[in-house]
Amino acid sequence: MKRYWPLLAFALLAVLLAVGLKLKPREIPSPLIGKPIPAFDLERLDAPGRMQSANLKGRVWLLNVWASWCNACIAEHGLLLELAKTHQTPLVGLNYKDDDPSALAWLKQRGNPYTLVVADRDGRTGIDLGVYGVPETFVIGADGRILHKHIGPLTPEVIATEIDPLLEKHP
Amino acid sequence: MKIWLTLLLCMHTAFAAPSDQAVEDRLAGLATELRCLVCQNESLASSRAPLAEDLRREVRAQIRAGKSDQEVIHYLTDRYGDFVTYRPPFKGKTLLLWLGPLLLLTLGFFALRRRPGTTPAQPQGSLADLQREFDKDAS
Repeated sequence: MKRYWPLLAFALLAVLLAVGLKLKPREIPSPLIGKPIPAFDLERLDAPGRMQSANLKGRVWLLNVWASWCNACIAEHGLLLELAKTHQTPLVGLNYKDDDPSALAWLKQRGNPYTLVVADRDGRTGIDLGVYGVPETFVIGADGRILHKHIGPLTPEVIATEIDPLLEKHP
Repeated sequence: MKIWLTLLLCMHTAFAAPSDQAVEDRLAGLATELRCLVCQNESLASSRAPLAEDLRREVRAQIRAGKSDQEVIHYLTDRYGDFVTYRPPFKGKTLLLWLGPLLLLTLGFFALRRRPGTTPAQPQGSLADLQREFDKDAS
């Protein structure tokens, strides 16, 4: 048994390193999961008027943080357009640290998947939500609690494994 | 290093609206202990990322509003988690982080320690005896 301990030590190290390779150290887990979404009251971009975070209480909804200057947002845009067609869930766009003309032109050029769009021009709402990069997508429950946060562009896998199950569980 | 960072921060604020020197000093002190979440190996004090500028602005506003250092740090960890501070708090989740190196050191010490009885045997007899034996074999 004693002669096998270097092999065992190596196997243990190999397992540890293999697990490490799968981790994503740049992703910061949100401490807000399970907590109520920080209240916001923002001006709408797509229509006159404002939106408060409490407006959508009573149903599950998605909040997508995006900007016209964000290249990664282009990657997920097609998916968002598709999501808007296939899902009944409200998709709110939070336009983050952008300017209105650029944002509106971006939506006009590429299509608008959002049920409504609000403008967080100075990024304060983003800070309250713990946003540190764009895009980020939040799933918010009917009781107003944040159920999930996805960092980075959405992919079909993410929608299938992270978002859809939550939407089914909390319609 | 800290002096240069403080100087840099002071230079930056010299072009900003006039502000309380004490506030800026506290901001500099706090910002060097906080991580920039975009450039994650830089501190909040030195990072030029837009989010870092926003967070410095928020911290400054909090300091001006009379919040203590602890309150400002909680403001940020409530939103971004413990990773935003350079010193992880000592709690259940971070127990392995804090004690891990000590644990590994102890394990390593025990693994490498020589057990009594495995030390190399001392040669029996003297050099003269050996010489005699050698001569005996030779003849």
